[in-house]
Amino acid sequence: MPQATDLRKMFNIQPDPEAALVALAGNPNTGKSTIFNALTGLRQHTGNWPGKTVLQARGTFIFRGHKYILVDLPGTYSLLANSAEEIVARNFLCFARPDATVVVADATCLERNLNLVLQVMEITSRVIVCVNLMDEARRKNIFIDTECLARELGVPVVATAARSGQGVAELKAGIDDLVRGRIVPTPRRLVYDPEIEDALTRVEQQIPGEIKELFNARWLAMRILDNDRSTLDNIRQYLEPAEWGVLRERFKYCPT
Amino acid sequence: MNQRNGVSCVSGLNTAPPEASTGAAGENCPLEIRDRIVRTIYREAEAIAARAVRRDRPCGSWENKVDDLLTSRLLGFPLMFLLLGAAFWVTLVGANYPSQLLAKALFWGEGRLAELLTWLGAPSWLHGLLVTGVYRTVAWVVAVMLPPMAIFFTVFALLEDLGYLPRVAFNIDPLFKMAGTQGKQALTMSMGFGCNAAGVMACRIIESPRERLIAMLTNVFVPCNGRFPTLIALASIFAGPAAGPFAATLTVAGLVLVGMLITLLASWLLSRTILRGEPATFILELPPLRPPQPVRVLVRSLLDRTLFVLARAVTVAAPAGALIWLLAGTSLEGQSLLARGAGLLDPLGRAMGMDGFILLAFILGLPANEIVLPILLMGYLSTGTLVEVESLAALQNILVGEHGWTWLTALCTMLFSLLHFPCGTTLLVIHRETGGIKWAVLGALIPLAAGCLTCLAVAQGVRALGLL
Repeated sequence: MPQATDLRKMFNIQPDPEAALVALAGNPNTGKSTIFNALTGLRQHTGNWPGKTVLQARGTFIFRGHKYILVDLPGTYSLLANSAEEIVARNFLCFARPDATVVVADATCLERNLNLVLQVMEITSRVIVCVNLMDEARRKNIFIDTECLARELGVPVVATAARSGQGVAELKAGIDDLVRGRIVPTPRRLVYDPEIEDALTRVEQQIPGEIKELFNARWLAMRILDNDRSTLDNIRQYLEPAEWGVLRERFKYCPT
Repeated sequence: MNQRNGVSCVSGLNTAPPEASTGAAGENCPLEIRDRIVRTIYREAEAIAARAVRRDRPCGSWENKVDDLLTSRLLGFPLMFLLLGAAFWVTLVGANYPSQLLAKALFWGEGRLAELLTWLGAPSWLHGLLVTGVYRTVAWVVAVMLPPMAIFFTVFALLEDLGYLPRVAFNIDPLFKMAGTQGKQALTMSMGFGCNAAGVMACRIIESPRERLIAMLTNVFVPCNGRFPTLIALASIFAGPAAGPFAATLTVAGLVLVGMLITLLASWLLSRTILRGEPATFILELPPLRPPQPVRVLVRSLLDRTLFVLARAVTVAAPAGALIWLLAGTSLEGQSLLARGAGLLDPLGRAMGMDGFILLAFILGLPANEIVLPILLMGYLSTGTLVEVESLAALQNILVGEHGWTWLTALCTMLFSLLHFPCGTTLLVIHRETGGIKWAVLGALIPLAAGCLTCLAVAQGVRALGLL
């Protein structure tokens, strides 16, 4: 069974017991790169047209004496593996298992951005939502009740206007609290229709215990149910052949 | 699909043999479950946002109202065709007079050029090559194509600047989904109206390789800038005089509709044969509608499109004119090479409702669709008796009087223009984007087959029914 640090090595992240791994996810054009720069102080440029190699920008920052490695995931609208960007983002969240994931959301169209937030929360509970572009939203007479949002989602929410640096310190504090365990999020669980829920329970029971330790079982069950080849084929790369054999035998899964 | 199918799929995952399970799941199950998953996520996001977000601008602002109208289920499509029809109507009505004026001016120029050459004492072969070959072809390209292009591109650019094209994509998305691909193809299709090569390049926005290939292979089914002038000219000659610009508008709009239907049909066929799979869900961002900037639109459409297309047409048409003049002038066993080539193709052309010259023009027009009509005219003029052509009406004379065109010939030529291999540039782009010669070949063969079959069916059908 691979260890978490082994999995991280696959993403070229050297094991460093002192440093916490933080992922930055979000829809395209939400100011994710601005947040990345604001947190790390690193000047970098990322284009976002498809067809270009999917790059991951990385940087580090120190907060309250602790070291953080920040990885900027490609901007995506979902994690349902429709594109190379989505596969990269999803794989990082499932297999590198960051200690905290910041989901940057655009305050001017929060509803669309929440789709991604909900999907990230299905993979990991260590989520902090950063509602960015608050200044722009205010100009458009859109007001976000962040306390209500935090209550609804069950994860911490920080409002930022990264271009002017507002809220960045709070975001750092939020990440720190999350990583140090001072905040334990209880993310809202998506409840599907009874049929899917029934099937999920059945599939979940059949997933071997060792694999459940490695992945969120409910999420994995959903991918099996969805016959999500892209995810399952990737999981195969990260498992030992014996473990994969068990999974495959139980679910009669044929890789592409 | 009803809910019971969903259940049987879910339980089938554990009981059926591996091949059968994935086979069945691959076709029915995941799409339905995926849709239910996505629906749950969206519903939840909507509910949370409803509680946490407050807007002071009410939803009933004019932008939202206009958007609701443009993308409404009931009125979305009629409005789309109304706008498209209006664009063609303005073009057809507006292009007529300037076309005649331009033709007069340019053919006056032909006379002066001939006089100049005579004064210089140029030999008669040079005279023929330059005046009858190069100049006349170029003059035709400019007179027939420039006015409709200048008007149509401006109107189209206005719609684009307004932000209307993403709304079109939104309207057509369900149809593409039914065809087994996705709505972003509606965007690349819209770009194809400008230029198929650009449309194929734009397919990069489609992430799934399967759907990207389908979009690339079917992009050519919508007429590009190079083909619109041909369609508009032929429509105004054959539907215009009798019934006025309205009939011509309907003809062109109808052809565009046929192109869109064939795009859907071909996508459907492809996604069920060589490119099987399920469509991916995607989010289409509708940029805000904004008032167009007339000056910018005018400058951009004139510089980037009209002049660009015209320059391309002229640069290819000039040498092509010379080549065709040579082919027409070089005889082999008492018959010009051009006539021989056309004669060889004639039986095939006739079967498809056209003639050998028309097919030859399409084949020689491979480098650029803009030159198909000029090549055809050159071919006709080199064998006909007319020395000089003075107006658009004279074009009708050449086609109908000299070469026996009927409405069926015009219809089949327009259909074949809509449905044949894309221009060389587009094929090169398909080759470059897919990294293989295979898809470029398919990209030429699929529309060619569609065109041959359609023209054959139309021509034989019309003749069998005795409509002509």
